[in-house]
Amino acid sequence: MHEVGIIQNALDLALEQAQSSGATRLHRLCLRVGELSGAVPEALQFAFETVCRGTLAEGARLEIELVPAACWCARCRAEFKGATFSCECPRCHELSSELRRGRELELTSMEIS
Amino acid sequence: MCKECGCGQGGSVSYDGVPEAELHGVHPSPENAHDSHDRHGEHDGHGHHHHDHEQDHEHSHEHGHEHSHEGHTHEHQVVTLEKAILEKNDRLAEQNRGYFRAKKLLVLNVLSAPGSGKTTFIQKTVAAIKGQLRVGVIVGDLATDNDAVALRTAGVPVVQITTGTVCHLEAEMVARAMGKLDLDSLDVLIIENVGNLVCPASFDLGEQFRVVLLSVTEGEDKPLKYPPMFHSANVAVLTKCDLAEAAGFDREKALANLHRVSHHAKLFEVSARTGQGMNEWCAFLVHQREHAR
Repeated sequence: MHEVGIIQNALDLALEQAQSSGATRLHRLCLRVGELSGAVPEALQFAFETVCRGTLAEGARLEIELVPAACWCARCRAEFKGATFSCECPRCHELSSELRRGRELELTSMEIS
Repeated sequence: MCKECGCGQGGSVSYDGVPEAELHGVHPSPENAHDSHDRHGEHDGHGHHHHDHEQDHEHSHEHGHEHSHEGHTHEHQVVTLEKAILEKNDRLAEQNRGYFRAKKLLVLNVLSAPGSGKTTFIQKTVAAIKGQLRVGVIVGDLATDNDAVALRTAGVPVVQITTGTVCHLEAEMVARAMGKLDLDSLDVLIIENVGNLVCPASFDLGEQFRVVLLSVTEGEDKPLKYPPMFHSANVAVLTKCDLAEAAGFDREKALANLHRVSHHAKLFEVSARTGQGMNEWCAFLVHQREHAR
């Protein structure tokens, strides 16, 4: 995955809003990252430290909320934990094409001052 | 640099031999929002802003960097954002997609491992449909224009992107290559990606159909080994079917594996060389383009 691009984008979005609300520092950035989004949390952390340098967010903390993958089985009418791209229901072994959670890549909140 | 595998450092991308730096930011897209910006300041639709360190600080630095004392004029504030983070390529790809739709252009992104038969498959496709549809091709390789030369023998416009060291095509490269084609005179645009089952999967180009090829000589478990690529396919093509017996290919197993990872993908089984299955594939394309009108 291309974590540097993702983090740069996230930071750009956050800083734009921070600046327009008159903040001079960004202390913490919170992301929601789905298990199947392709983004690796460690790589995001590493990228974050780098892209923050020289900005209002220098030294800020990155918090990542990891969202496990969840698929919907139409036959069982229930959710199950989906770990890979094939989403096989552990109860009935039907292949599900409905991934309800796990692909998120979102900016949830930030702490500024 | 490809953040997937780190390749692409120190190389440079060319379009029919013209280095990127010499292209004058030609983008057919109406916004023209993404020519020649350094990525640090880019923001489609958000205007531009720069992270210059020398911005006005109303607060002097004698406060230090700890702003956590109470009663201070700048207390910490938690701001809810709830915004999707779209990576730069995704935004550019959506721009491409919008443009293609407006032009009613059927666009295919053809991917596979190196040597699966992309070029021959595209060559034969073009030869078969060019009587009914006007086709253009963009082909990406690290080096040489061999594929473009081969494809041009079909008598259709072809742009060769040589990426230098980059292992995949990106939306921006496609946007630049489009500038070298007269898209108004085309019905179908086929993009032959760099042969690679890993990195190209992460880069949307704005295509309507992502066509992933698997040749019978590659083994039945390829789809299981490269799930992101096969999962992202909306068309899967089994190629070189004329060699299946010689390769001891287990067709049932391969189809089961493909189904497991990409059961939503439409499947075609072909031999571009003998012509087996090519009629069904071409009929599908013609039908898809007809629907766009």
